[in-house]
Amino acid sequence: MPESLAGFLSIPVLLFLIFALGAVSTAVSCVLTPNPVRSALFLVLNLFCVAILYLLLNAYFLAVVQVIVYAGAIMVLFLFVIMLLNLGSPERIPDQMKWQQPVAVGAGILLAAMLTVTIASSVPSFAPATSLPQTARRTTLDAREPGASQTMDNSAILDDIARRPETMGTPYGIGKNLYNPDKPWLFPFEMVSFLLLVAVIGSVSLAGRQTSEEKA
Amino acid sequence: MNPAVQNANYGALTSLMPLGGVVPLTWYITLASLLFITGAVGVLVKRNPIVIFMCVELMLNASNLALIAFGRYLGNSGGMMFSIFVMAVAAAEVAVGLGILISIFRLRDSISVDEVNLMRG
Repeated sequence: MPESLAGFLSIPVLLFLIFALGAVSTAVSCVLTPNPVRSALFLVLNLFCVAILYLLLNAYFLAVVQVIVYAGAIMVLFLFVIMLLNLGSPERIPDQMKWQQPVAVGAGILLAAMLTVTIASSVPSFAPATSLPQTARRTTLDAREPGASQTMDNSAILDDIARRPETMGTPYGIGKNLYNPDKPWLFPFEMVSFLLLVAVIGSVSLAGRQTSEEKA
Repeated sequence: MNPAVQNANYGALTSLMPLGGVVPLTWYITLASLLFITGAVGVLVKRNPIVIFMCVELMLNASNLALIAFGRYLGNSGGMMFSIFVMAVAAAEVAVGLGILISIFRLRDSISVDEVNLMRG
């Protein structure tokens, strides 16, 4: 057993276990704590743990975006609204549906057990994709040996960065894939910009509108 | 098709066993589903709409983790692209949702989800 344990516990596995445990425990404490401000701070910790899991999955750009956009911008917005509406004190809202809490927790545990069994029996277990299929192997980075000719042009190497699963998550790889006209992501990207514009206009008009009493 | 998928290890519970020194895909998917369920239970249990929004963020984040894990293990860029869109939609949703909360608070000085029943039939 010890030698199989040593083969099992590599550094990525250890990091995954640590940060998976961190993510689950901060998520659970985010739900359990009655104080909304603490809840928000636990959520920030959870987002950090998930960002490190993104790093383990070679999604470098998304890990940084997660920290900047989620843990930075969105959580500041949350805390700002908590302070603005003076909701920082623990919940003193009377619960009108007392039965809902145990039913929700029980259903959640049941769902977790069912999902785990389903995933374990139907999701295949395999190692992450490491390199390209045979057809594209000629232009891979490892085809370049130190003594080989330097005739391979730069653009082939850069295209290769966008295609390899290990380097796909770099900003270059993300940009190459997102703005590639041969892939279907360009149109949704434009739609997202439109969605953000609508959201900005909508939230300004919602939050800035004066009620009839305020006008009077 | 990805050769790794063809030789994959299907079967009840054996896919949860550790591979040699590599985190199996099933661990990431199990973690994502646990985080998602935590968020879903939080949405049901909490009475403060801001905390409910945070639990929705938790669920979106869990789905992002699953998308990125699938994309990485299959060598497909689609997972990361899709999670970028999920993040953008989450940002838009938070902006609009918090705007709605502020206007509800102005209307009735309380934002308990039990008391907001204007649209009840």
